[in-house]
Amino acid sequence: MPLSWALLVSLALAVAGYIIGRSRAFASAGTDIRKLHSRPGYHGASVALTTLTPAIVVLMLASVLRMAKVFPPEATGFAGLLALAASVAGLGWGVTRINTDFRARNVVEKIVQGFLIFCSSIAILTTAGIVLSLIFETGHFFQKYSWTEFFFGLNWTPRFQGNSSLGILPLLWGTLYISFIALLVAVPIGMFAAIYMSEYASKRVRGIAKPAIEILAGIPTIVYGLFALITVGPMLRDYFAQPLGLGSSGSSVLTAGLVMGIMLIPFVSSLSDDIINAVPQSMRDGALGLGSTPSETIKQVVLPAALPGVVGAVLLAASRAIGETMIVVLGAGAAARLGLNPFEAMTTITVKIVSQLTGDNDFAAPETLVAFALGLTLFVITLGLNVVALYIVRKYREQYE
Amino acid sequence: MYDINRAESAVTQQDIKISASKVQVYYGDKHAIKDVDVEILDKTVTAFIGPSGCGKSTFLRCINRMNDTIPIARIEGKILLDGEDVYDRRVDPVQLRAKVGMVFQKPNPFPKSIYDNVAYGPRIHGLSRNKAELDEIVEKSLRGAALWNEVKDRLHEPGTGLSGGQQQRLCIARAVATAPEVLLMDEPCSALDPIATSQVEELIDQLRENFSVVIVTHSMQQAARVSQKTAFFHLGNLVEYGNTDDIFTNPQDSRTESYISGRIG
Repeated sequence: MPLSWALLVSLALAVAGYIIGRSRAFASAGTDIRKLHSRPGYHGASVALTTLTPAIVVLMLASVLRMAKVFPPEATGFAGLLALAASVAGLGWGVTRINTDFRARNVVEKIVQGFLIFCSSIAILTTAGIVLSLIFETGHFFQKYSWTEFFFGLNWTPRFQGNSSLGILPLLWGTLYISFIALLVAVPIGMFAAIYMSEYASKRVRGIAKPAIEILAGIPTIVYGLFALITVGPMLRDYFAQPLGLGSSGSSVLTAGLVMGIMLIPFVSSLSDDIINAVPQSMRDGALGLGSTPSETIKQVVLPAALPGVVGAVLLAASRAIGETMIVVLGAGAAARLGLNPFEAMTTITVKIVSQLTGDNDFAAPETLVAFALGLTLFVITLGLNVVALYIVRKYREQYE
Repeated sequence: MYDINRAESAVTQQDIKISASKVQVYYGDKHAIKDVDVEILDKTVTAFIGPSGCGKSTFLRCINRMNDTIPIARIEGKILLDGEDVYDRRVDPVQLRAKVGMVFQKPNPFPKSIYDNVAYGPRIHGLSRNKAELDEIVEKSLRGAALWNEVKDRLHEPGTGLSGGQQQRLCIARAVATAPEVLLMDEPCSALDPIATSQVEELIDQLRENFSVVIVTHSMQQAARVSQKTAFFHLGNLVEYGNTDDIFTNPQDSRTESYISGRIG
C-alpha cells in the first residue's frame, strides 16, 4: 500500500474518530452536559489526534528510513499497513479513554503545543543540516587543497586539468566592493525616501508611492540583471569609462553595484519606514512643542530614536547584497580580479560557486569542492552580519524603551 | 488666608497675555470647540477643567498651533498673543512654539542624555554663545524644575532612565530652558504618582513668577491647588471662566456646579 494512501485513509479515520469521540462524549455526559470536564468538541479532537499522530509518525519514519536506504523500496507497502494499524490502534485507544472526567482539552492542547514545537524546530534543524553538509564538504576540500592558499591566495584560476590556484581573496574583494557600492546607493536613497514617506508625505501620496516603491521589491533579480546588462552597463561604458579612459568593459563593478543598489532601495526604505513610524508621536510632539522645525525634529529626535533599527535594516540589506548572484553575473562579469577601478569587470563568491558547480563535474576534484568552502565562508560572513544586526537592534531597544 | 489675598491682588494687576475670541475648531466634520472667548493673564496659572472630550486639550493645543500637525483639524477665530494673532499668515509656528512652550501628558524625554534633553531647545534656537553659557542654562533650568540635585552627578546618562516623575520634571526643565513666555501643560501629572504630582504642582506654583502657565487637568483638586484662574469646558463650550476661588465656591452656571460637585463628567 503506497504511503499516500495510508495517509488518506488515516485522515478519514481521524474524521470518523472526531465524530465518534464527540458523540461518545455526549453519551457519557447523559442529560447534564456540564458534567464533562472538556467540551465534546475537544473529546472529538483528542480522538482525531490520537488517530492521526501515530500514523504520521510511522509514515515519516518510513520515508526517512527509505531515503537513508536502510530498507528497500519494496518494504513501503509494509510501512503503509503499519501506519494504518497504528492509526486504528490510536482510534481504539482514544475512544476508550472518553468519559466525563477525561481531560480532553488538556490532551489536545499538549498535542497542538508539541506540533508547534515541531514546526519551529524544523527551521532550526534545517539550518543546522545546511551548515553540517557545508562543513562536511569543506572538510573534503581542505584535505585536497591547503587552507592557507585558499584564504590568503591572491589568484583565482581554476583549471579542470588540476594545478589550479583557488584563492578566495579576489572573490571576497569583488563581493565586498560590489556590496559596498550597492549600499552606497541604496542606503541614502532608501533612507531619504523613507523619511519623506513617513514624515512629509500626505496620506494620499503615501498611499500611492509606498506600494510603487515596493513593486521594485517584486522584480526578479534576473530582470535587474538584464537591465544591468543591456542598459546600465553600456551606458556607464560609453559615457563614463571610455571618455575618462578607465576601461572599455560593459560589465563592471559599478554597473552591478548600481543595479543592486536599486534592488535594495525598497528593502531599506520599507524597513526604515516601519522603524521611523514606530518612533512614538509623543517624541515628535515634544520636539515640535519646543519650536523645532520639522527637519530639526527628524534629524535630532526621530532619526536618533530610530537609528538602531535603521542600522539593523542596513545590515540586513548588506547580507542580501553579499548573497546576490544574478545581477553580478550579468552586470559585473565573471573575471576574478583584485583591483580598485570600478569600471573593471570583477566577480563575487556567489557567481563562482555557481560556475564551479555547473557543467560536468567531478565531485572529488578540489575545483568543484571549493564551491562548498566558498559557500561556508559566505554563510559565516552573512551570519556574522545578522548577529551583529540583531545585537545592535536589541541593545538599543532595551535602552530606549 | 493672607497668601490667597496676595495672590488675588497680584492677579488683578496682571496684563492680558493671551486673548482668544470666537475660536472654533473642527476635526473633519466634528465641531470640537465652539465660540470660545477667553483672556489669559500673564504670570498667572490658569486651569482648564472639564470632562473628557470637552475640548480643553484641543483648545490648549490651538494656542501654540500644535493642531497644525493634525491634517483634518481646522481652526477659525482669533487667538492673540501679546496682541498678535498667532494664526496670522506671517506668524511662523516654529517661532511661536519657541515662545509658547508645552509639556505633555506623558513624559516624553528624547532618547538623549539628561543634559542634551535640556540643552535641546537652547541649541536649536541658538540661545547660548558657548559651552559655559549652555551649561548655565541647563543648570538653571534643572534647578527651576527642582531636578538639579537629583541628576547633577549623572547629566550624561540617558533621560529615559529616570523615574516617571523625574522624567516629567525633565520635560518641564526642557520647556523652561527655551525661555518661553507661556507654558502650556496638558495634564502633566496624569501619569505620575501622588508624590511626583505634588512636586510638579509645587514647581508650577514657582513657574508662575516668570511665565503665564496654562494647565489642563482632570483633577479638580489640582486645579484648586495650583491655579488662580479656572476655565470650565463642557462639550466644546467654555461654560464659565473666573477666579479659581469663585468657580469652586460660587459657580454661576448650573453645569459648572454639577461638574465640581461630581454629578457630571
